[in-house]
Amino acid sequence: MLIKKFTDIASSEITPKDVYLSRRKFLAGAAVAGAAVAAGIGLGELLSPPVVALANAKIDGIQKSKFSTTEAITPYKDVTNYNNYYEFSTDKYGPAGLAKDFRTRPWTVSIEGLVKKKQTLDVDSIIKLAAAEERIYRHRCVEGWSIVVPWVGFPLSALINKVEPAPKAKFVKFTTVYDPKQMPGQRISVLPWPYVEGLRMDEAMHPLTLLCFGMYGEVLPNQDGAPLRIVVPWKYGFKSVKAIVKIEFTESQPINTWNEAAPNEYGFYANVNPNVDHPRWSQAKERRLGEFFKRPTLMFNGYGEQVASLYSGMDLKKYF
Amino acid sequence: MTRWLKPMVFFACLVPLARLAWRGYAGNLGANPIEVITHSTGDWTLIFLLVTLSVTPLRKLTGQLWLIRFRRMFGLFAFFYVTLHFLTYVWLDKFFDVHEMFVDVAKRKFITVGFTGFVLLIPLAITSTSGWIRRLGGRWWNRLHQLIYLSAAAGVIHYYWLVKADVRKPLQYATILSLLLGYRLMVWGIPKFKTNKSARLPRSGVQVFEDGPHL
Repeated sequence: MLIKKFTDIASSEITPKDVYLSRRKFLAGAAVAGAAVAAGIGLGELLSPPVVALANAKIDGIQKSKFSTTEAITPYKDVTNYNNYYEFSTDKYGPAGLAKDFRTRPWTVSIEGLVKKKQTLDVDSIIKLAAAEERIYRHRCVEGWSIVVPWVGFPLSALINKVEPAPKAKFVKFTTVYDPKQMPGQRISVLPWPYVEGLRMDEAMHPLTLLCFGMYGEVLPNQDGAPLRIVVPWKYGFKSVKAIVKIEFTESQPINTWNEAAPNEYGFYANVNPNVDHPRWSQAKERRLGEFFKRPTLMFNGYGEQVASLYSGMDLKKYF
Repeated sequence: MTRWLKPMVFFACLVPLARLAWRGYAGNLGANPIEVITHSTGDWTLIFLLVTLSVTPLRKLTGQLWLIRFRRMFGLFAFFYVTLHFLTYVWLDKFFDVHEMFVDVAKRKFITVGFTGFVLLIPLAITSTSGWIRRLGGRWWNRLHQLIYLSAAAGVIHYYWLVKADVRKPLQYATILSLLLGYRLMVWGIPKFKTNKSARLPRSGVQVFEDGPHL
């Protein structure tokens, strides 16, 4: 796996953003970008290595996945301009601009807790741990809207196996970056910072759970969680944390930020469930961005076949 | 002065709608246009309610009596934007699913209180004409129209209960509303003002009545 870092030509110059509306056109664009690299444009990188991995830099050698949906992909401009990223702003249209200069290099992730190999890893070494895959997932926000995103990453299990958690470890806790200088939203205490999330070990090890560093074939834009995030497609979006700096293995269930902020509204599990309403609104339907009519929300966001067994015997009304 | 000022203010009050319409026409309403329309019409409803409620305190504190001539217009614009807000919900959010709306109004307290605020404004809009002021008489008309206090409070609570975590904006509305309602409480409660009460009520009634012919 290799991330091309263009210094003197942005891939956006090669392929205009508007073209990224269909997968077919997108692949054609990738071919053009590949040709540009072959023609020696990548040489600039050798002469002046960039400090920051440029957003929009194309990711090479992405493999397809059997877990991808064939549903229409949400336009790039919607996924990159409509973001719940309270570290930057509580206005969903805010992060796109406010995160523009967010520094994602150098970046390290510390591996802590009940784990054999406690260590601090450079994000670029994490990215190289396994082959990059494209996973086109449905993504359902707890607020009632949804998108379909072609994420790029590999199963989180690849990293977990590498660091060898102790048998006592039952949960994985994710801590995201705290940097109020760069993140204006963190200067306001709308949520307890830093943002923390957690998964049960079997959820974290599930093949659908993605350690993600790209989307639409490119390096993850800052407002979508660069440089490293997770994607847990059968759970509400707030479980899929962005800008991870610490991964901790614990015996007891971590307290996730939204649960701490409003325990009666947001649980630890947060599985997409049309039958369990948010106390203040229904979860039976969702608005897919770009569609006029609402569509019914699916149990486990349509991933029941793969994940329902994780929760057999559990009262999902109680463990919402 | 009001001869040209009134139409100007009228068109200014339409600017939020015109802006929404233009953004919609230009395909510039963002990733979730229906949400933008819902939030914008809701915001402007609250703004017009607060503007309407600030007319009387402003008039009394500044002595600019002519301000009363704009109160009905502001109030009707509040009703105009809340109707758009309600229609957005009925049409674009619920697609006329009556059952779902019943469930919402009964079960979701932010919708219950918002719906209440809307319903309370209906009799006020209906009786806003000079004919109705005459029919009800200034005193009764004034009493009826005090429902706007409840309606505005319901609107602000509706907003407060709806947001996920960032309550700053609803609290701003709540603060302004508290000041405006607090002013009225003060006027009503302080003896100095109270002695003037008997004189005050008919006077404001007459002023409202006087407003009639100007529209």
